[in-house]
Amino acid sequence: MDAGLLLDLYRQMALCRRFEEAAAKAYTQGKIRGFLHLYIGQEAVAVGAISAAEPTDYIVATYREHAHYLARTGDARAAMAELYGRATGASGGRGGSMHLFDAGKRFLGGWAIVGGHVPIAAGVAFASKYREEKDVTLCFFGDGTANMGSFHEGLALAGLWKLPVVFICENNQYAMGTPLYRTMSVPDVAVRARGYPMEFEIVNGDDVLEMRDATRRALERARRTSQPFFIEAKTYRFRGHSMADPAKYRSREEVQKWMERDPIQVLGQRIQTLGIANAEQLRALDDEVKAQAADAVEFAEQSPLPAPESVGEHVYA
Amino acid sequence: MPEIRVITFREALREAMVEEMERDSSIFLMGEEVGHYQGAYKVSEGMLARFGEKRVIDTPIAETGFAGVGIGAAMVGLRPIIEFMTWNFSLTAYDQLVNNAAKLRYMSNGQFKMPIVFRGPGGAAHALAAQHSQALESLYAHVPGLKVIMPATPADAKGLLKASIRDDNPVVFIESEVMYALKGEVPAVEHVVPLGVAEVKRPGRDVTVVTWAKMLHTSLKAAENLARDGIEVEVLDLRTIRPLDSEAIVASVRRTGRCLVVQEGWPFASVASEVITLVVREAFDQLDAPPEAVTSLDVPMPYATNLETFVLPSPERVVSAVRRLLGLEEAPTRPAVAGGAR
Repeated sequence: MDAGLLLDLYRQMALCRRFEEAAAKAYTQGKIRGFLHLYIGQEAVAVGAISAAEPTDYIVATYREHAHYLARTGDARAAMAELYGRATGASGGRGGSMHLFDAGKRFLGGWAIVGGHVPIAAGVAFASKYREEKDVTLCFFGDGTANMGSFHEGLALAGLWKLPVVFICENNQYAMGTPLYRTMSVPDVAVRARGYPMEFEIVNGDDVLEMRDATRRALERARRTSQPFFIEAKTYRFRGHSMADPAKYRSREEVQKWMERDPIQVLGQRIQTLGIANAEQLRALDDEVKAQAADAVEFAEQSPLPAPESVGEHVYA
Repeated sequence: MPEIRVITFREALREAMVEEMERDSSIFLMGEEVGHYQGAYKVSEGMLARFGEKRVIDTPIAETGFAGVGIGAAMVGLRPIIEFMTWNFSLTAYDQLVNNAAKLRYMSNGQFKMPIVFRGPGGAAHALAAQHSQALESLYAHVPGLKVIMPATPADAKGLLKASIRDDNPVVFIESEVMYALKGEVPAVEHVVPLGVAEVKRPGRDVTVVTWAKMLHTSLKAAENLARDGIEVEVLDLRTIRPLDSEAIVASVRRTGRCLVVQEGWPFASVASEVITLVVREAFDQLDAPPEAVTSLDVPMPYATNLETFVLPSPERVVSAVRRLLGLEEAPTRPAVAGGAR
């Protein structure tokens, strides 16, 4: 086991967690507005998958994308400033929590109509193939997406044209407040990839190493053969759908059971068992990312608001 | 003098695509039946043989899918031309155009360009009934971030399509099935028509008729008939719906003091409403009569040919409206139809 890698994955997941806890606090204080969809509990999926990608591989994600953005860019300040609607934010305060972008780092959103970005990810992969470049596109979405027509059309075209895209379904068991068994005719989303046709793998999305390994295999295959691949990551959202959702549709027992799989705890234990770090050292690491989140909050609060006279900019190129 | 040839509207569109694709390898054409079938309306005839399957790409019937693929490809620097077999079918991809293509640049604070053209025929053809006979430009023109282009002549079709392909914004380019065979003069040399610029297609002093696309020809016919009675109509072809050439509209109406908008689409919350608002706001003091519009009746298109003819604007209705604006005719009794505009 690569000790440095494990510690880095731990640090990244902890940063996502502390970042979102800070964001939630700011939200309850009324400093952040709009929708705030927390990723807490699912960190291993974004961190594990994106750690397996080359920096030149493209990332396309949903409105629950803080962790994906952080895993790709590491820029907590730009992310928090965007949540605060500041000019220094990732999207200059025009996007907000749901629309984070970093063109230079190939982080392509931040899309907030369920399923709408799936064909777009196929299109990015289409461009790589058209230009005979070796980059692969990673496309993240939730289980709820798998009932949208755009999901099926995107997969159908990726399969038909053999596009180098890895679809990663984050199955967190709920499409907003409705459990999977009431919204889907199959228990595993991944079987839907079979018809396009697409190889798939179902993984424990709460194990960052399993997530990383599965993604690495998928990326390698997509790069080598220019074939799409489908990963279903079983995971759980510890919080409600958004800050507006107290998640009363789930039993305390159910949430408790999943929280025992907390990806940060799981990796922390493994690190200690392997003797890579002790509890105190992990606490120090955690303090570091807490400070980074606090710094991001301070940066956001001190950043200027976007200038009203700029409101008409960027409607057209 | 540059050499002029007479070609069809369809050939003009094809020339624009072929010339631009020869010039820039990042441009490709994608849509249903564009390749092996040679185009549902033969606009892309011969292009597969010329450019190969890599750049002339047949798709399944999946508008959301291939519109989205185009948007993704444009986001990272390719310049797709996405053909909708007709604009009616674009409605299944409306989310892609409105939520994704139109908004990406703005919500990313200008980090991305969206150089993509969506094109195909719109409006009524003949007896195709409600789901295949719709002029949808008002729907798209409503959305900031989109440009909406509607040529009426072969020369404009070529020049505007070339400019659209070169534009870094998402362009909704609406053609017309019944105009594909229309012939007209097109320069043999490089011909690009800038977006956002209207053109006076017939000068006149009495009434300004603002129109575009197929309705240009309806309006010109009406203008000819009116000229026999000594009424000189100025026909202004918008060519671009968004960005609207407000200056050209206002300047013409200030000259004539009267404004009629002729559009194929429905009247409610339409391009005509927008033009009339503009005219009332900017040229109120010069108006000698309230602005008027000739539009489709406010009903889904019926199939029966006599009903279809009754619903669509005609040269006769344009003539009547112009005469009304000049106080030469009384307002007709309008047919009772459902909807917001009577």
